[in-house]
Amino acid sequence: MTSTTGDRSTASIEEALRGLAVAAPPTLVGDTLVILGLADDYAPIETAIGPMWVAWNGRGVSTISGTGEASAFEAEFRAALHRPIRRVATLPTRLARVIERRLAGDRRAHVPVDLRGRTAFERAVLDKTSEIPRGEVRPYGWIAAEIGHPAAVRAVGTALAKNPIPLVIPCHRVVRTDGHIGRYSLGGPENKHSLLTWEGADPDRLEALAVSGIRFVGSNTTRVVCHPTCRHARRIVDAHRVPFRSLGDAEARGYRPCRSCRPVRMAA
Amino acid sequence: MDDDDLLHALARDLDGAFEALVRAHADRCYSIALRFLGDPADAEEIAQDAFVRAHRALGSYGSERIAELRLRAWLATIVINLCRSRVARHRLPTTVLTDAPHLTAAAGPSDTPHERLARRESAAHWAALVAGLPARYRAAVVLRHVDGLSYEEMSEVLGRPEGTIRAQVHRGLALLRAAFEAAEREESIA
Repeated sequence: MTSTTGDRSTASIEEALRGLAVAAPPTLVGDTLVILGLADDYAPIETAIGPMWVAWNGRGVSTISGTGEASAFEAEFRAALHRPIRRVATLPTRLARVIERRLAGDRRAHVPVDLRGRTAFERAVLDKTSEIPRGEVRPYGWIAAEIGHPAAVRAVGTALAKNPIPLVIPCHRVVRTDGHIGRYSLGGPENKHSLLTWEGADPDRLEALAVSGIRFVGSNTTRVVCHPTCRHARRIVDAHRVPFRSLGDAEARGYRPCRSCRPVRMAA
Repeated sequence: MDDDDLLHALARDLDGAFEALVRAHADRCYSIALRFLGDPADAEEIAQDAFVRAHRALGSYGSERIAELRLRAWLATIVINLCRSRVARHRLPTTVLTDAPHLTAAAGPSDTPHERLARRESAAHWAALVAGLPARYRAAVVLRHVDGLSYEEMSEVLGRPEGTIRAQVHRGLALLRAAFEAAEREESIA
């Protein structure tokens, strides 16, 4: 190094410059890892079935769970995803807003989701489930048929039982092929009942239909047959409403499947 | 874990080893950006962005290319380039005194000579002087003396021959000395 004589020696200026290296803000490492999806932030949200924990990262929402204590939720998260997780006060405003709109039934509200670690089959099941409109339900067999694996009804049930993002991915809108409401992972079937009631799907009526063996509803004016909760089915006035026990029965009487809810033949 | 171990770990398992990379280089990347741009919030954003880009780039490199990287220089390149494009985009003023608010306040009559001296010797004062350097000298001085890169590494970062960079560092230090002494003279007149 050259050294020039002056009021300040080069060495003392260099020393002052070395002193300009500082520690990064404590948030930098954590924020960077969250942006990259190598760690998650989490915060509580209020839902129709009580407070829940939501975890998210730069790729999207990764987990929604009702496990009570924060420490229990953290342990569950780490065991499932093997990443660090960091408690923060609230969700980012934009994310909070799309989740709120989505839970209120706005299907245009796009909630980014992080489904890394799920199989292609599980993702297909979860994506298809996201298409079911608020206040409507579809049987497991319908999901299986729609994703091109009509025989995989049990596997659909398993994939939904492992849905990491309930409410946002509305697995409460998937019911048993016999029409009974069936299982729900987020706190059991009574929560499924509450959610469907809150969405206006009338689960008691669904159970009554299941008991009576009615799986589909047609209109004798349009000759279209639907799932009972399809928005078109709900518009049929009683005088024109025709119940069916199977899609085969409806088709034998000249009814065509609704293009919007797409009923399929299913093994009961 | 030194940088060679880190590179081997990244080549084996990018996501698993990336946290160690961020922890090892966060202070450096932040300091380079802070001293180049002058603003702590901008610097934090740039450092974050640099790691995100580094992660993306490493994901597209094969393990051989990762193992051959000169990590310190490679990360500094990403940071400096982001800083430059930010300055170009926002037409940032060269001298930002945000982290030296007391520098802009005139010395009050109550200041003792000792207080004046302490303020002159403070990091904030030097930071403000560095922030006032023309960009090419600022980059050279920051990389060499704040971050401590070798001239060989700097040649890689700045894409210039070592001789050119040596001259820029030398010139940058001379400008800093002149600015420091000018501030000193101003104070003695005040």
